[in-house]
Amino acid sequence: MKSLQELEAIRKKTLESINLRKENAGTRIVVGMATCGIAAGARPVLASFMDEIARRSIQNVVVAQTGCIGICRLEPIVEVYKPDQEKVTYCKVTPDMVSRIVTEHIVNDRVVSEYTIGYYENNQK
Amino acid sequence: MFMKEIALHVMDIVQNSISAGATLIEINVNVRHDIDEMSVSVNDNGCGMSREQANKVISPFATSRTTRKVGLGIPFFKAGAEVCDGTFTLNSEPGVGTFIGVTYRISHIDRPPMGDMAETMVTLVACNESIDFVYDYTVDGNRFVFDTREIRKILGEEVPLNLPDITTWMKDYLYQGIEELNGGI
Repeated sequence: MKSLQELEAIRKKTLESINLRKENAGTRIVVGMATCGIAAGARPVLASFMDEIARRSIQNVVVAQTGCIGICRLEPIVEVYKPDQEKVTYCKVTPDMVSRIVTEHIVNDRVVSEYTIGYYENNQK
Repeated sequence: MFMKEIALHVMDIVQNSISAGATLIEINVNVRHDIDEMSVSVNDNGCGMSREQANKVISPFATSRTTRKVGLGIPFFKAGAEVCDGTFTLNSEPGVGTFIGVTYRISHIDRPPMGDMAETMVTLVACNESIDFVYDYTVDGNRFVFDTREIRKILGEEVPLNLPDITTWMKDYLYQGIEELNGGI
């Protein structure tokens, strides 16, 4: 059973880790959440990122949402901003692609090229 | 053509409240099997709209966005309810906020399923740290209320709601609360 009392315990536990979070500028994972993104399945993608990050206890990663990026046919679109690196845009993202993006890109700094928008556009002939 | 879940419509409509600078967004779902009707509404304290603007947003050819000239969120929500013998209401006042609500005939064959409201709420809360959300869910008189102001009171100011431990707790709490009321809606 989940209760509000349980929150108190989580609060104590997290207070220690918060200071760690503040020190580094972290990674941002931004999911397009306008009508087009939501209709294309962006919510389960965003939730999968949150779950994966919680499951692996990855610190310094923020999952955020944005509006319509303007290329609705390629939604769900996910942008990854890592400090001092160029932005990477993934397109037509599904929940089953998420764990690979987190493992390879977020954790190990290797962009998953075949999921990127550049790869997709170059291979749609 | 419409969203697959009512919870996705809600998520979409709430984006307008976020753009309107709301600091408190209340989502209300009331299911009444005795009259075969459910109502779904989003109420915010954002910047609101003038009567003229409010009339315009019902059309798919109106949007305040600049990337494209159509905005489909509200027209989708409205049309999706009206094909299910439902109604659509929009009340807005500049400087006060906006209320958007629909009703559905529950037994209508085209009524979308409620969908994953817990996931909608958790993603909204986690991505909008500065906004307070309320989910007020009633099924045949039994009520479940999720209120981030209450959660913040317990957590104190220094603990943000978007920490993985907190979002995981919120999701379980929501699933549990919603599940308790559900008779398969």
